[in-house]
Amino acid sequence: MLLFLALVSPLAAQDTMPPAPYAYRQLDDPAQEAQAQALMETLRCLKCQSQSIADSDAPMAGDMRSQVRQRIAAGEEPEAIRAWLVERYGDYVSYAPRMTPLTWPLFVLPIVLLALAALLLRCRFLGGRDQ
Amino acid sequence: MRSPDAPPERPAPRRWAIWLPLGLFVGFVLLVLIGLLRPADREVASAMIGKPLPAFDLPPAIPDRPGLARSDFAGGKPRLLNVFASWCIPCAVEAPQLDALAKEGVEIDGIAIRDRQEDIAAFLARNGNPFTRIGADDVSAVQLAIGSSGVPETFVIDAGGVIRYQHIGEIRADQLPLIRAKLKEAEQ
Repeated sequence: MLLFLALVSPLAAQDTMPPAPYAYRQLDDPAQEAQAQALMETLRCLKCQSQSIADSDAPMAGDMRSQVRQRIAAGEEPEAIRAWLVERYGDYVSYAPRMTPLTWPLFVLPIVLLALAALLLRCRFLGGRDQ
Repeated sequence: MRSPDAPPERPAPRRWAIWLPLGLFVGFVLLVLIGLLRPADREVASAMIGKPLPAFDLPPAIPDRPGLARSDFAGGKPRLLNVFASWCIPCAVEAPQLDALAKEGVEIDGIAIRDRQEDIAAFLARNGNPFTRIGADDVSAVQLAIGSSGVPETFVIDAGGVIRYQHIGEIRADQLPLIRAKLKEAEQ
């Protein structure tokens, strides 16, 4: 069994290629690196979907980090890079919530509930004083 | 039951409210059951379907097949663009299906993701080589550009270079008719 596992594990491994140039290397300019880092923390890894590409060690996440850093280094705006990815993978790839026709209840509902709670409390306390 | 002429000190409790916790609990159990029995789809579909392929130019992945560029997708019949890798096990599973399609005259171009020349050659020697061209994508650049999130994935590209369909995961034998239908659809 151990021998079998030893034989199988290289096949099950992802790949043997070296990581993309900027997968694990920071940009030289700290300001650009900070921009890249902030963006990478809000982009979803597509292989490991509950991690951001900044958190993931999947080769594809490394390739995405490298691409993000290279584009930032080339002067591209972080939000333009996000838009480029959203164009390819949909909103799913971004962790930064957007107000869309589909998501507006998520933004509005908490306000409505808070208002409702305030109204209820007001009725209860003020109503009690009246009696 | 209280007699109507004896006024209660407090308002009568609502009878149905006693069932509320149970109702909530049953609702919760149903929700969990649905999640367990019908897990959500974890596949990330490309948003590029219906859009033209982006520009790219990949070097050859193996010596005996040319590389792959955007300009190769112009004219002719609809064709398949297969994103694969030698290290990907489902890619070997779909090899017979790709072979069958290639024998039917379907042109299949490949993009090898993060792969070494000798590994690809060994993979193709073992599983057959249905590809007309194979481009080497060592940093998943083209994969990201077409909205593919894994291997294997197969795209149907029409004669105008527009992405018409994305098949996520290996093409199984019973899915061959679907691929043929999508190719036919892409002719229009």
